[in-house]
Amino acid sequence: MKFLTTNFLKCSVKSCDISNDSFPLKYNGETCKIEQTPLDTVTTTNPADGSDIDEEYINYEFLLGIIDRLDWNAVLEVAQDLGNTSLPASKPSLTMDGDFNETSADHNTMINNNKALLRDLQILLMQTNIVEGDMKCKNCGHVYYIKNGIPNLLLPPHLA
Amino acid sequence: MSRPEDLAPPEVFYNESESSKYTTNTRVQHIQAKMTLRALELLNLEKSSFILDVGCGSGLSGEILSEDNHVWCGMDISPDMLQQGLEREVDGDIMLQDMGQGIPFRAGSFDAAISISAIQWLCNADTSYNDPKQRLMRFFNTLFGCLKKNGKFVAQFYPKDDSQTDQILQASKIAGFSGGLVVDNPESKKNRKYYLVLTSGSGSSDINLQGATMDENNANDLKLQRRLKKNKKLQESSKNFIQRKKELMRKRGRNVAKDSKYTGRKRKYRF
Repeated sequence: MKFLTTNFLKCSVKSCDISNDSFPLKYNGETCKIEQTPLDTVTTTNPADGSDIDEEYINYEFLLGIIDRLDWNAVLEVAQDLGNTSLPASKPSLTMDGDFNETSADHNTMINNNKALLRDLQILLMQTNIVEGDMKCKNCGHVYYIKNGIPNLLLPPHLA
Repeated sequence: MSRPEDLAPPEVFYNESESSKYTTNTRVQHIQAKMTLRALELLNLEKSSFILDVGCGSGLSGEILSEDNHVWCGMDISPDMLQQGLEREVDGDIMLQDMGQGIPFRAGSFDAAISISAIQWLCNADTSYNDPKQRLMRFFNTLFGCLKKNGKFVAQFYPKDDSQTDQILQASKIAGFSGGLVVDNPESKKNRKYYLVLTSGSGSSDINLQGATMDENNANDLKLQRRLKKNKKLQESSKNFIQRKKELMRKRGRNVAKDSKYTGRKRKYRF
C-alpha cells in the first residue's frame, strides 16, 4: 500500500462515519514493514546529439493536482507512526513567479521551480510502500492487517 | 449463457483457477480493455487524476488507467483476483474490500471513479444478513462522499433484467448523484453494453456523451420500422434489402463492408 493511500483511507465501519477519529488510521510502527522502490526511469533522446538519456520519471501533473488535497497533519501523524519525524511541520508550498494562471508555459516554469520538492513528494507518496503490518481505527479500535502490500478491509458480519 | 452472479458469491466464484483463467484469457482482456477505454472516454478527464477502481479484479482495467498516467486505487472482494494482480505487478494500490460495506475513504479523495463489470454483484443477496437494497445504498452514499465536488463515476455493468437497472439507478439518485444510463449497441443482444454515468453535484456538462444516443429516438425508430414491415416485401428492391440488413448489423456493432456504388448491383452477364 502506497503512503499516498494512507492519507485518504479511513475506517470502514458504519458507526465511525460520523467520528473525526476514524481518519487517519493508527499504524503500528513495530509491525509495519516499509519498502521504498527506486524512481522509474524514462529514456528520452537528447536533442543535441541524438543519444539516449535516462530521466527519472516523476508524475508532475498528478502531484500538482493532489497537493491541495493532502491532509498534512495526517501525513505527519502517519509518518511519525512509521518512524519518520524529519518532515517539515507545515505543508510545503509551491513557489510561484508572478501571477500564476493555467497556461502551459506558466505550468512548465512552475514545475521547474519546484522540481526538488516534487521529487521528494513523489518518493514519499508514491514510492514508499507499506508491505506488512497492521493499522487500527482510533474510534472503534478495529484492527486491519496488511499482507503482501494488500490491506484487508473486509469487516466481520457484526460490524458490516 | 449462465451468469456468474447466479452461481456463487464473487469471492467464491473467482477462486484461484477461475481468476487465472479470467486474467489470461485474451478475449476477456480485449473486452475489458475496450470497455475501460469507453469508460475513460465518457469520463473525459483532462489531466492525470486520482481514480478509484471499484471491483478492480486483477487490474486489467487499471493497466489502461496507468497507461494514461492516472494514479489509481483498486478494491476487490476476491483475494485470488488480487493475487493475480500482485503477480502481474500492477501500478495501482489494490485492497481487499467489499463494496457493499461502503468505500472507506475520506471526503473528497478522488477525482473520479470507474467500475468495469462489477456493480451488478451488489444486487445479489449472498448471505442471510445481506440486503441488496441496503448494500446499494451504502455503496452509493459512501461513493458520493469520497468523490470530490463535481467528481464523476462511470460504471459498466451487466444487469440481469430491467428491474436491476432501475434498482441501481434509483439508489444512485437517492444518494445525490445526477446522471443516467448510456447504452452502447442497443440493437445487439450480444454487444449491448450498459454504462452508468453519474456526476456528484449538478455539473454534467463536462461529460463526453459523444456516440451515445437517446432512448426516445430508438423507440420512435422501432415503431416506424414495425409500421413499414407489413408492406416491405412488396416495395423493397434487393439493393434496399441489402442496405437495410447492413444497417442493422452496423447497429449491432458488427464489422460491415463499406457501401460503394457496386453495393447491391447485379453481376455482369458472362457467357
